[in-house]
Amino acid sequence: MERIGVFICHCKLMTPIDTDMVLEAIRRKPGVVHAEAYADLCVTPGLEQIREAIKSEGLDGLLITSCSPVLHQEVFRQAVTSAGLEAHHMRLVDIRSHDGIKENTERALEAIDRELDALKASQPPVHRRVPVIKKVLVIGGGIAGIRASLDIADGGYQVILVERTHSIGGHMIQYSETFPTLDCPQCIETPLMTETGQHDNITIYAHSEIEEVSGGIGNFKVKIRRKAAYVDWDKCNGCLMCTEKCPPRVLSEYERYLNLPKRQAHRRAIWVPHAQAVPMRPIIDREHCLHFTKGKCGVCVDTCPNKAIDFEQEDRFVEVEVGAIVVASGFDLMPKSFIKEYDEDPDIIEGIEFERILCPAGPTTGKVIRPSDGKEPKEVAFISCCGSRDAEHGVPYCSRVCCMYLVKQALLYKHVCHDGQAYIFYMDIRTTGKNYEEFVQRAVEEDNVLYIRGRASKIFREGDKLKIWGADTLTGKRIEMAVDLVVLGMAMLPSEGAKELAAKLGIETDEYGFMTELHAKLQPLESSVPGIFLAGCCQGPKDIQDTVAQGGAAASKVLALFAQDEVELEEAAVS
Amino acid sequence: MTLSYYPGCTLKTKAKNLEDSAIASMAVLGTDLVELPRWNCCGTVYSFAGDEELHQLAPVRNLIRVKEMGSDKVATLCSFCYNTLKRADLLVKNNPAKMQTINTFMEEEIDYEGDVEVVHLLEVLRDDIGWDAIAEKVQMPLKGLKVAPYYGCTLLRPQEIAIDDVERPSIMHDLLKTIGCDVVDFPYATECCGSYQVISNPEFVSQRAWDILSSAVRRKADAIALTCPLCDANLDLTQKDLIQKRSDFNGLPVFYFSQLLALALGLDPEVCRFELNYVDPRPLLESKGLLGK
Repeated sequence: MERIGVFICHCKLMTPIDTDMVLEAIRRKPGVVHAEAYADLCVTPGLEQIREAIKSEGLDGLLITSCSPVLHQEVFRQAVTSAGLEAHHMRLVDIRSHDGIKENTERALEAIDRELDALKASQPPVHRRVPVIKKVLVIGGGIAGIRASLDIADGGYQVILVERTHSIGGHMIQYSETFPTLDCPQCIETPLMTETGQHDNITIYAHSEIEEVSGGIGNFKVKIRRKAAYVDWDKCNGCLMCTEKCPPRVLSEYERYLNLPKRQAHRRAIWVPHAQAVPMRPIIDREHCLHFTKGKCGVCVDTCPNKAIDFEQEDRFVEVEVGAIVVASGFDLMPKSFIKEYDEDPDIIEGIEFERILCPAGPTTGKVIRPSDGKEPKEVAFISCCGSRDAEHGVPYCSRVCCMYLVKQALLYKHVCHDGQAYIFYMDIRTTGKNYEEFVQRAVEEDNVLYIRGRASKIFREGDKLKIWGADTLTGKRIEMAVDLVVLGMAMLPSEGAKELAAKLGIETDEYGFMTELHAKLQPLESSVPGIFLAGCCQGPKDIQDTVAQGGAAASKVLALFAQDEVELEEAAVS
Repeated sequence: MTLSYYPGCTLKTKAKNLEDSAIASMAVLGTDLVELPRWNCCGTVYSFAGDEELHQLAPVRNLIRVKEMGSDKVATLCSFCYNTLKRADLLVKNNPAKMQTINTFMEEEIDYEGDVEVVHLLEVLRDDIGWDAIAEKVQMPLKGLKVAPYYGCTLLRPQEIAIDDVERPSIMHDLLKTIGCDVVDFPYATECCGSYQVISNPEFVSQRAWDILSSAVRRKADAIALTCPLCDANLDLTQKDLIQKRSDFNGLPVFYFSQLLALALGLDPEVCRFELNYVDPRPLLESKGLLGK
């Protein structure tokens, strides 16, 4: 390399250096024929200047001092290749630092020296063209996964949707009416669930998990474990007669293990999560099935008109090849038992449990009762930030949705129990979404929801009531109150097994297990592995609106990839 | 097996019932409690405010006595003494400079180097002897006795020295279960008894005691079990006043945990020194058939 050009970018945001001195030093370096300082190199006139120099000086190598290559590499690369220089004959030198001018200048000179050597020794990278398998794997059948699946399937590509439970719908389908518009998921999500189930381009593997992942962008190989359901889903027609006669009554995962009087929220050992499940296929829970525990029941075998019960069924494996993966593995709530200041009491419940009680399609058909005795609670306290924003005992981050769902629940409660009173203990009210603040004002003004700024330090049973000790930090007074029901806004955590899933995919997570996006602002959908995209709460707490937006956005990333027949992968040359 | 033991002042006077029953019980469990020679006040009556180092002299000197015995572990029975000694130990361990100041000041003593482990007897029962081994030695399970364990604050706060979960401790629950009691959980188990406020503000402590005792009564407890002579004074002695004032209250016996342990281990009830309990627990024990002979 005999005709090297060096450009020093010195926009206002760049680290100050003694530019003249650096230029002078560079000009004396062997092979350097052009050295120039320029402000704002990364915008069009700057790029034009670079192209001009390459052509007029006949440069065969180029060094640019700049910001981080992470964001700027591509821009400069396009500029130099359009001027006829090979991409690997251009190198960026990151000279940002935070010391005085003298130190910065010395460090820049050292870096330039190092990079000049590297430039002279640079080898052309190996380019590999990989055909893109135009089929996508979506992990998680919540609203994020459903949105992504439908958008990609509508774009004409095959989607394989893997869901751990035995119905898609995720947490959203468990909710009562959703904020701020109060439309119920049973009305607005079920059409999407059904569409997903019936879409020609979507294959759903419910009751399944990811076993192994290998390969890379364009060509992932994925092994899926289809857990034994003990029901042949091909023979089953979803009539659910089996679930009516099955003897055991068991607390239901779908109902968040709510133990309501008269076993209203119980399920059987053979069960579907709810009446709108997709696919509408039951599984047998081995732990409670009398055939598996006692070896002497076969009621489901007798009632099934299609002979679909198969006690001998084992886990099966399916291997698929896909070009891209969307991770939408969702969230869980921190367990209530984490807050040890509060008693373990049937009438201290978490947000999703109360959603089930409020839900018109839920176990009580929307009648508000408390679990201990089935009576209508006359006073309900909602506690925000249980575990969230608590760096010492819980997690430091804000779970983002609790402020809104707790006030929504307070409002829905008041709409059922007109003479009831709702209290919300809060630290701050965070209502940043569209129409959110208006919603809170409505709850306060129309439904007399009473906000108490402070935290509850202890909650325990005293006879028929739950006693709350707390503080009102606006008046500076201690509070002691007795209510009938307490609802905890527990912190959002990544779904169980998120870290293990991330390890199988080879993508990064943060310390809590939320999957890390490639760039906090500019690449929020990309994981740390090309071809694997993120949607929904697996990446961090978010509400339904943002989750759906991210699901759709992840789909557009996949569609953009599938618009190409091949992807070009660049690998550093091995010398 | 022997274990160094720091009594503290009340154990030799008002809380003799705690000391006697604990020493006798530990002997049955195969551990002899050996009293420190020349021990002094644990230091709790000195304020923790002000000059921090000066107020650590008393507890540190006690820990030096443990070293002089050739021991590296000391057990306390009083939870206030536990708190004072453990906090002093933690402070000097975390602050080598303060440790040096204290050692220099007490030049007549050997140096303390943070090399003594301070434990409460409940921890010894849980960690060294174990619930199963205790269960094997139980001669008379205290069946039908509904006891509410009361921890107070000094065993659990500050968090750094807590012998159990700060918000939901179980160590005394487990002991009482092991010796056959029906354990009654109650919300005031970790609330403060009012502590030294009893001197300057007896009305306040009387109210505290009533809140705690009445909560246990509402949960159908026959008695309370505790570890601290100061809690005992506030919850037991104060009942004199409460019984007088409240027609609906006839008193609630307050035991030291060691008294119940001694009974269950089949020891002569004499070692429990029930005559020192203000509310006499003997009628209750008799009604449950738990007074032996």
